[in-house]
Amino acid sequence: MTTQPVEAPAGVKRGVSRRDDVRSLRIPMLAMLVLGLLAPFVVYPVFLMKMLCFALFACAFNLLIGYVGLLSFGHALFFGGAGYLAGHAAKVWGLPFELAVLTGTATAALLGLAVGWLAIRRQGIYFAMITLALAQMFYFYCLRAPFTGGEDGIQGIPRGKLLGLVSLDSNLTMYFVVLAIFLFGFFFIFRVIHSPFGQVMKAVRENEPRAVSLGYKSDHYKLIAFVISAALSGLAGGTKSIVFQLASLTDVHWSTSGEVILMVLLGGLGTVFGPIVGAVLIVCVESYLADLGGWVTVVQGALFVVCVLAFRRGIIGELSRVLRRPL
Amino acid sequence: MTTVFGVPIQALFSQLLVGLINGSFYALLSLGLAVIFGLLNIINFCHGALYMLGALVAWLLLHFLDLGYWPALLIAPIVVGLFGMLIERTMLRRLQGLDPLFGLLLTFGLALVIQGVARNYFGVSGEPYDVPEQLSGGKNLGFMFLPNYRGWVVLVSVLLCALTWFVTERTRMGAYLRAATENPILVQAFGINVPVLITVTYGLGVALAALAGVMAAPIYRVNPLMGADLIIVVFAVVVIGGMGSILGSIVTGFALGVIEGLTKVFYPEASNTVVFVIMALVLLVKPAGLFGRTA
Repeated sequence: MTTQPVEAPAGVKRGVSRRDDVRSLRIPMLAMLVLGLLAPFVVYPVFLMKMLCFALFACAFNLLIGYVGLLSFGHALFFGGAGYLAGHAAKVWGLPFELAVLTGTATAALLGLAVGWLAIRRQGIYFAMITLALAQMFYFYCLRAPFTGGEDGIQGIPRGKLLGLVSLDSNLTMYFVVLAIFLFGFFFIFRVIHSPFGQVMKAVRENEPRAVSLGYKSDHYKLIAFVISAALSGLAGGTKSIVFQLASLTDVHWSTSGEVILMVLLGGLGTVFGPIVGAVLIVCVESYLADLGGWVTVVQGALFVVCVLAFRRGIIGELSRVLRRPL
Repeated sequence: MTTVFGVPIQALFSQLLVGLINGSFYALLSLGLAVIFGLLNIINFCHGALYMLGALVAWLLLHFLDLGYWPALLIAPIVVGLFGMLIERTMLRRLQGLDPLFGLLLTFGLALVIQGVARNYFGVSGEPYDVPEQLSGGKNLGFMFLPNYRGWVVLVSVLLCALTWFVTERTRMGAYLRAATENPILVQAFGINVPVLITVTYGLGVALAALAGVMAAPIYRVNPLMGADLIIVVFAVVVIGGMGSILGSIVTGFALGVIEGLTKVFYPEASNTVVFVIMALVLLVKPAGLFGRTA
């Protein structure tokens, strides 16, 4: 069965070279950078850090759905799992900030290797169901495992010092560290997408049998992309748990997996900036609707329905169609 | 007292019964998923939410219209089935020809909406629903105590599964259905109204889930989230069995329920995860699923 997982990113004209492609993104990237540097002086930094963590998570997820065409319904496993490990490393093992986050990232990469190895045996819808089921299994494990603290989670994780020098207790300092981590992840993904490896990934998405017939081992490409996506999700999750000094069951629950899908869908599948816009919007919506309690899920569900029925390109996807340039 | 592997035989059989009950619900839900997937090429993520809706409608009927279990057993599936047809007509139909993943995302959104609305009006603690008078009490079988209601649930589930199998494999309507699964355009060319067939099939699949929900109401509490975790286990069941055959879904559903029940006796810590572990093992050995054709 040939699947066409995602509509081709709108506005991408055939014959436009990759270099032009990258060049046309310079202005929005510069805008993003300036916005990121100025924002903490206007908006509460902790709120912004939450946005950045989810934006990186969404970008990592988009690498998989947008460029390889694999819908994982279990990415909370990597996000939350790394959160637990990073928190545990910082609190119990007393590791400094950067090593704790790296521990989380490495854990997520290993988990990604295991889950990906199992899940790529099936395609399309089955892939989604398998990742969801494995993530649920991990959720039950976290509920019972001694080091996760069950319902309480790991609380009071120390932020520590960056490289043993700079104290991260100030929110503003912490913000710039998180911004740096986010930018690293963002440009890493950007490089992957625009590398020869990324081109093969897209070929697998568009027509897997043909990519295979050209001699590419599509399963290898899928697995590598899955591990990269898992590791970067882990980077986001590990950073988040240390910033908020809390690792909890919410981050490994399926609702978090759903949330990141919604962010990417709303922003635009397979666009460079879509996941960031989606993450910022969803985090805002959730904090504004926090008083309404249970209605947040209803709003999220309704957004899913509206996006799928009327708005499949997402905000950035539509914008790039209007502007006729890839974004 | 007689023991098997150090476990009292009574505990063993009562967990086996719990396993059979869970297995009934797995079988009924995965059956509906398989039939819907065959025709619509969509994995119905809101199946769990509609199962919950069935139980909820039964509870509402009892409290507002004073209609008990027996009328609810008929009315709730009809109400939910009609609701399902509405969903199919207004939303799922528009996704035809698109990647099936969009169907998954749409129905996931619908599940969030249905569960969210239900949670806002009913809270999360759930409401009790009494076992109907005619089925209260139980029988002592010598080796175990069998509550009448639980025996009834297993019996009805087996009958429903057999009926579904009979309808799809042995009747004219079933033949149309299987033909439309293979090649809808050709079937339409032969003068069969495929769009109506799709709507009706979706409605019936969903009604089956609602019926399971009504039967589940007296066993578990009527809880807005009762379908949310269940659907994930059912997905694992579907992956293990493969969606190729009706009989496969039924057998896998019951078997996994029983295995889960036995795990509860011998190694309770793993009872939540055993289905997922089996799924991983099946993927290693037979990636297409036990009864599946090639993926």
